[in-house]
Amino acid sequence: MNIHATPQRTAAETALIDAFGERLSLLPGDGDVMVKRDNAIEALKVGLPTKRVEAWHYTDLRRLLSSVPAYDETARPRAVAPVFEGSAVLPMLNGASVKKLPSIEGVTVQSLADKLIDGSFAPALDLDRADDAIGAVNVAFVVDGYFVDIAAGTQLAAPLELQNVQGGGQAHVRFPVRVGTGAKATLVERQTGDGENAFVSSVSQLTLDEGAEVLWVIVQDQPESMTQLSQFKAEIGKDAKLTLFIMNAGGKLVREEILVNTKGEGAVFTLRGVNLLAADSHTDVTMVLDHSVPNTSSTEVIRNVVTGNAHGVFQGRINVAQYAQKTDARMACNTLLLSDDGEFSTKPELEIFADDVQCGHGATVTEINRNHLFYLMARGIDEKTARGLLVKAFLAEVIEELEDEPVVDALEVLLDNWFQTHG
Amino acid sequence: MLEIKNLHARVAESGVEIIRGLNLTVKDGEVAAIMGPNGSGKSTLSYVLAGRPDYEVTEGEILYNGESILEMDPAERAATGVFLAFQYPMEIPGVATMEFLKVAMNAQRKARGEDPLSIPDLLKRVKQAAGELDMDMGMLKRPLNVGFSGGEKKRAEILQMKLLEPKLCVLDETDSGLDIDALKIVADGVNQLRSPDRSIVVITHYQRLLDYIVPDAVHVLYKGQVIKSGDKSLAYELEENGYAGIIEEAA
Repeated sequence: MNIHATPQRTAAETALIDAFGERLSLLPGDGDVMVKRDNAIEALKVGLPTKRVEAWHYTDLRRLLSSVPAYDETARPRAVAPVFEGSAVLPMLNGASVKKLPSIEGVTVQSLADKLIDGSFAPALDLDRADDAIGAVNVAFVVDGYFVDIAAGTQLAAPLELQNVQGGGQAHVRFPVRVGTGAKATLVERQTGDGENAFVSSVSQLTLDEGAEVLWVIVQDQPESMTQLSQFKAEIGKDAKLTLFIMNAGGKLVREEILVNTKGEGAVFTLRGVNLLAADSHTDVTMVLDHSVPNTSSTEVIRNVVTGNAHGVFQGRINVAQYAQKTDARMACNTLLLSDDGEFSTKPELEIFADDVQCGHGATVTEINRNHLFYLMARGIDEKTARGLLVKAFLAEVIEELEDEPVVDALEVLLDNWFQTHG
Repeated sequence: MLEIKNLHARVAESGVEIIRGLNLTVKDGEVAAIMGPNGSGKSTLSYVLAGRPDYEVTEGEILYNGESILEMDPAERAATGVFLAFQYPMEIPGVATMEFLKVAMNAQRKARGEDPLSIPDLLKRVKQAAGELDMDMGMLKRPLNVGFSGGEKKRAEILQMKLLEPKLCVLDETDSGLDIDALKIVADGVNQLRSPDRSIVVITHYQRLLDYIVPDAVHVLYKGQVIKSGDKSLAYELEENGYAGIIEEAA
């Protein structure tokens, strides 16, 4: 007979379980929602995932999450200026929605709390996998968020920024967004704040109906002491196009899961990402992409810059179902290591059950090209400036692919800001 | 302008010595041609002058206007007026050519204590210089040297040279990869830069380029040393008889 010794709970695990007991009366939801919350906390009681769980191999959450802070009810963070000038902003402040919201033609916004209370959101709170620790934390603790519906045919004139602003302590939010048939929109998911040592979970759930076109930009520029656990889930309908751009430029322990399903023929998914890693941070971007039907395509390019003794992770898994013939998928992960102590782990995985597909992946880890550096310096550009130019060039290549000038310019400003503090 | 004394230099990684006791003097305003067979150390000499870290100077001295430049990094040398036109200019994806020109020109201006150029002023200068070299401005919107043909790269080098206004220009096989029309345009660009306070070192394999950029002095490099110096007639002699005779004579 096997005896399973349950390891002693870590401080973080104990804090999460205790917090659930203490917060129970404050968590909105009808009976169905509360059952989902109970299931989630039971999943957490088994223990946070360790490196023995394959999906968490490079991010041993149990070891890395050393503590979980108490809630800070007194925190009053304020909304920040949007990434793109002129955007409409939907701010979540310290985990709570605000009452006064911009009104945008073709867009319906509801507080998620209302949909938890009336139970209509309960079906969306199922955990899909046993190792879904981020989902479990969020389902257990989520209080509020914005439920956004963009009506069919709407062409958003200005970007819509979903802002999750933490002010310390804990915040758990969710952004379900549906983009109707033929609608076109740019959305920004901003993960930011000024609280030290905060613990934040955020789950976005995006549905693209037939022919919808979305550029979704995630900008994470948190303080370098906090923990950010995020999920971005999307279902892409027939002939719909999703371009996801991610910029990670902060946080101490960051895990960003991207779970995308191309559900309709002709669906196109594009992922571009820039990870700027500094100090002793740990940043993990993990993607699982399902090509479920024939004739869908995807490309993924992630570029990383590692400084200090930061550790970065990219796991990219592409599943091509047997029925999903004519899939075209390309994935690349390129890393520039700027310090001797930095580290980057990359794990591409292709699981292909169809026989008429084109799939490829590649990963590189390099230092600054010294021939390029010499060439720039030979024109009188000092070493620091020359290195900066080359690093920026490496990252700008993926940003410029977005081909939308105001978007590209604003993202390059964020790059410059990061280099000013970390260059 | 330039005085090289008993210079010894080796490849940093392998330790192989390429320059072996080289002596060379280039006077103010002089155009000096350096010729020599493959493997004689011509390109190495150009890299050592520009300060490429892949090479180590183990002995000797390089004096530029009477001062040693050996302790200076490539950017510092460039800022004092040393310019190397590369034999194989680097392609640098992601760095727009125009942005690069701006940063380079302003870096050198800053080193000389001058104000940065305004954008209209910069554009005007670039446009004029590009026009003189028969270059299309559209090229300058592309990433630096990326997708440029061999000839376009060489023109881009001369464009940079015109814009940066160096005092000591080193042209490393600028003629390679150029057809005759491009060669004339590039040579015209170089000739326009001839002036009493600017010296030009032309490194070449063939005498052909020297028909268009007529040198004041010709030096023959072999096994890392200057084995013969003369006037432009030396170049014709080489064209006629090859290097064998001179090498034998020196041995």
